[in-house]
Amino acid sequence: MIEGILIGLSTALSLTNILMVMVGCFAGTIIGMLPGLGPMTAIALMIPITYGFDPSTGLILMAGVYYGAVFGGSTSSILLNAPGIPGTVATAFDGYPMAQQGKAGKALAIAAYSSFAGGTISAIFLLVAAPSLSKVSLAFRSPDYFALMILGLTAISAFSSKGQFLKAMMMVVLGLMLATVGQDSLSDITRFTFNNMNLTDGISFVLIVMATFAMSEALTIIFRGKDPNRAAKQISLTELGSIKVNKEETIKMAKTIPRSSILGFLIGVLPGAGATIASFLAYGMERNYVNEEEKQKFGKGSVHGLSAPETANNAACSGSFVPLLTLGIPGSGTTAVMLGALLGFGIQPGPRLYQTNPEIFWSVIMSMYIGMVVLLILNLPLIPYIARILAVPRNYLIPLILFFSVTGIYLMSFNNFDIFLMIGIAVVATFLRLYDFPMPPLILAFVLGGLMEETLRRSLLISDGSPNFLWDRPITLIILLITITIVGWQIFSTFRKKN
Amino acid sequence: MRISPTKFISLLFLVLSVFYLYTAYNIQVFAFDENAPFNARTFPIYLGWAGIILSSLKIILPEKVTTEVNHKHLDYKSIIYLIIISLIYAAVILKIGYFISTSLFLFASYYFLGERRWGLMFILSFPFVAAFMYLLHGLLNIYLRDPFLKYIGVMG
Repeated sequence: MIEGILIGLSTALSLTNILMVMVGCFAGTIIGMLPGLGPMTAIALMIPITYGFDPSTGLILMAGVYYGAVFGGSTSSILLNAPGIPGTVATAFDGYPMAQQGKAGKALAIAAYSSFAGGTISAIFLLVAAPSLSKVSLAFRSPDYFALMILGLTAISAFSSKGQFLKAMMMVVLGLMLATVGQDSLSDITRFTFNNMNLTDGISFVLIVMATFAMSEALTIIFRGKDPNRAAKQISLTELGSIKVNKEETIKMAKTIPRSSILGFLIGVLPGAGATIASFLAYGMERNYVNEEEKQKFGKGSVHGLSAPETANNAACSGSFVPLLTLGIPGSGTTAVMLGALLGFGIQPGPRLYQTNPEIFWSVIMSMYIGMVVLLILNLPLIPYIARILAVPRNYLIPLILFFSVTGIYLMSFNNFDIFLMIGIAVVATFLRLYDFPMPPLILAFVLGGLMEETLRRSLLISDGSPNFLWDRPITLIILLITITIVGWQIFSTFRKKN
Repeated sequence: MRISPTKFISLLFLVLSVFYLYTAYNIQVFAFDENAPFNARTFPIYLGWAGIILSSLKIILPEKVTTEVNHKHLDYKSIIYLIIISLIYAAVILKIGYFISTSLFLFASYYFLGERRWGLMFILSFPFVAAFMYLLHGLLNIYLRDPFLKYIGVMG
């Protein structure tokens, strides 16, 4: 492991990669800060930039963007009460009241220190857990992988559906359907192309991400007449106050951070669960832990209440890399985007990544830590200035997002069919979003579609077409039982609401 | 009887799933693969049935959580303009090249979204795209095809 860490450090600490972490964190902070634009959009917009890079550099840039976007989301939560991403909604519960009391600088500093601590602790967990889990996951066979993917898709549907599980499951099926367009990987038979040559290679992953996130989010902002910058003028005029944290507040944070980090990391590892669930659970758990006097301060600017979700959401980000790096199966929409980007570089993440491309495996882990340091020492002092980006009017912001989306696709294929297709998918996605059909399950399903068909093919061929493979191996059976429990819980909670 | 938008979308999804399933059954597979436990049709057939079952459930079951959208607050005009501009952009990008089409797209988008500061609109379109192209093509060595700039000798 020490050798791996050294390989990772030497790659991550090269001048180019340090620069990429800094650029990534900075760009991610800016994009994440804008309400409506989250880490998936931020990473998607970065994909065209990474075309000319080697895989480790590209992945390091995207990891930096991911952390930066989460950090940026907290900033708009605290300053505007308008969370940039769902994972920072809980941050606003106590961060915004603190800002209203004239302690915006302090709230931002607490958020930054908590994010740093949460991210660092969970990066250490990842350092220890990932290699061990990689070895364990080598024992996984096709039926286990198939079951695991079913679990991941069910879990993301359950967690991202805001109580509308069926809608999310429909999006999963739609994502899988889109993944079947083009040549079948084994027989080379073309499917669902309707004799259109442009569809023979299938629909590009970048196109789907750009359409359903970057472009559709931009169109949604226009469509809903939302102006993410409406309150921005107040920010640039408002004095953010001191960013110094006193001894009493430090002690409070020191108590909250360890437990929220552990919780956040564990939630992040679970397929489908991510920063949003981690932050809400950490907030709830913290409220139960503190004494009665502190409990009364929750929702009115409590240090515990701000520190807990901020620690947990960053810890969950590191945790979400565990299934990606060890199993090759992303646990969240954001890591699904990263998986797609990795596949674009010709790299298949999974248990063997640890052996075949150790420099990528370790440099990503090490760059997470560097990213945390960058966020703390670079972004925190610059926050009052970065926050002014919110003053960019949407009249400029939206066309620029559309421009980056189209450029990304144009660079990839140099044909206009893909641009037309992207616009079409983006328009459909905009209407689906309007009626709360979630997009992350669609992305995850699209990314996993090929692998899922492949593992199902192997499983069925080995079992000679019998469904016995679903319960022959204990691991498969356990994973499927967990899946059935999640589905059962969704049905139960639906009926409970009814009654 | 008034059908809710969610149920209407589910109905469209049902139609899509039926069409997908029909197409899946018609995928031509090799003769020796016809009776294999798994062929190019198998997975799409499962998906088609899954789509039909899920969308039917959504249509049949009563809605517990309804999504209300106030259409009066939706800016249809701007979004239609933006989509039309994007479609025109996609149609001309290969003919007139990346630089001119992108710059015009940005300029037109700013205008239709209500911007009237001409100087800023110009800077954030033509020089901005030129700088971006230099970043990609000149610094990051990412090939950017532009027949027009090649023709006038700006790009190699």
